[in-house]
Amino acid sequence: MDLLSKYDVLGAFWVTVQLTFYSAVGALIWGTILAGMRVSPVPLMRGIGTVYVNVVRNTPLTLIIMGTSLGLYSTLGVVLTTKSDKDLLFLPSNNFWLAVLGFVAYTGTFVCESLRSGINTVPVGQAEAARALGLKFTQTLGIIVLPQAFRAVIAPLASVLIALTKNTTVASAIGVAEAAVLMSKMIEFDSQYLFLIFGIIALGFVILTLPTGLFLGAVAKKVAVKR
Amino acid sequence: MTAAAPTPPMIRMAGVDKFFGPLHVLKGINIEVPKGQVVVVLGPSGSGKSTLCRTINRLEPIDTGDIEVDGDRLPEEGKALAALRADVGMVFQQFNLFAHKTIIENVMLAPMKVRGMKEPEARKLAQQLLDRVGIANQADKYPAQLSGGQQQRVAIARALAMKPKVMLFDEPTSALDPEMVNEVLDVMTTLAKEGMTMLVVTHEMGFARKAADRVVFMADGEIVEDSTPEEFFTAPSSDRAKDFLGKILPH
Ligand SMILES: Nc1ncnc2c1ncn2[C@@H]1O[C@H](COP(=O)(O)OP(=O)(O)O)[C@@H](O)[C@H]1O
Ligand SMILES: [Mg+2]
Repeated sequence: MDLLSKYDVLGAFWVTVQLTFYSAVGALIWGTILAGMRVSPVPLMRGIGTVYVNVVRNTPLTLIIMGTSLGLYSTLGVVLTTKSDKDLLFLPSNNFWLAVLGFVAYTGTFVCESLRSGINTVPVGQAEAARALGLKFTQTLGIIVLPQAFRAVIAPLASVLIALTKNTTVASAIGVAEAAVLMSKMIEFDSQYLFLIFGIIALGFVILTLPTGLFLGAVAKKVAVKR
Repeated sequence: MTAAAPTPPMIRMAGVDKFFGPLHVLKGINIEVPKGQVVVVLGPSGSGKSTLCRTINRLEPIDTGDIEVDGDRLPEEGKALAALRADVGMVFQQFNLFAHKTIIENVMLAPMKVRGMKEPEARKLAQQLLDRVGIANQADKYPAQLSGGQQQRVAIARALAMKPKVMLFDEPTSALDPEMVNEVLDVMTTLAKEGMTMLVVTHEMGFARKAADRVVFMADGEIVEDSTPEEFFTAPSSDRAKDFLGKILPH
């Protein structure tokens, strides 16, 4: 029995890893910006941040991913790849980046909310001391508050990252050839190995997520701010 | 401005009112602090001392009245306000050292980020200031590794690194164990002798007698007495001040 040589399991998981990686980096940046908006002294910024987070966080992810493909590409013609539309790889590549965009938009809200709870662990005196020294709002946030907030929420952020890794399977809805797409294909052609196939894919995800959780858990302990 | 213009006071508050919701916390405050003067503010808990202190660099915005620092009216939130705060040093009851930065980084941070000072220069300045407050050998530790008295001296050094025109102290020794109070008061007394303009909320009578030019007594959001330390401690004129002194002075 050679499911592993018949199918490109590693290749499919490599796509999963790439989806996760780019989405995680983007979500971290977008989530930080959203958190900055939600604690901003400008009411309009706070309003936009609050509405965005509450709408996007409560929308099913499948809807968001479908929305990027059907709404952004098919209807509005948004193209996120450098490949020409005559290239065979045009659609796979464009859908990959559309999926990343969807994951960033969605996961960013969870990063934002984690960070906001982290900001609440930073005593107000820290920001007051910074303002009293003449630091501007963005400096106070960027140099004093957020670095301490991040250290406080590394463990919850690890959970967000693990959820994101598993959520990337939703990209199969728009045909990004990651692990879940491969699984469907394997089941279709080798249905007698159903449980083995489930096992292989599940194991793949555990291999990806378990070390992440352990590693970030250790980092969280190491960088915790002593008060 | 003409050459004959008198120099403005370092701090001027005129008709200042401040509310927290329905609570009237500062009531028609008028006070001028000339350059180089050391003013001790005292009064019962909840009388508005901290709030008074915090309105001067607009950590608390006021509802009515005027506040000027060195002749300039307090700006609204924004760049100009940040610039003004850079010139007004503040020391808090809870020290508020940046917990994720080392001691020397705490002192170097604002000169670099606000004044644009280069790193080597900021480090040298920070070393000098830490030396001056007696913490030079702890420069690479984190705040949580220092005693309260040491942390408060670092906080003073951090404020001094901005070369402020005036220093505000809000009960700088109230959170300290008794044996650490003097090491902080000594630094403040030296600063006062060197001519720094200071507004100090404190109940330390020793410091008030030794270092203050003037004592302001607050009760219920009002300035009730404004006199010299000698006058205030020996012959307070109001009943509220007499009552207050009766409670805090040893019998
Ligand atoms: N942020 C705040 N919100 C609401 N009330 C406050 C706030 N800060 C202080 N107060 C109230 O204002 C009054 C004066 O407080 P404060 O200036 O801290 O007095 P003091 O420093 O003399 O003890 C108190 O009644 C206090 O409860
Ligand atoms: Mg107080």
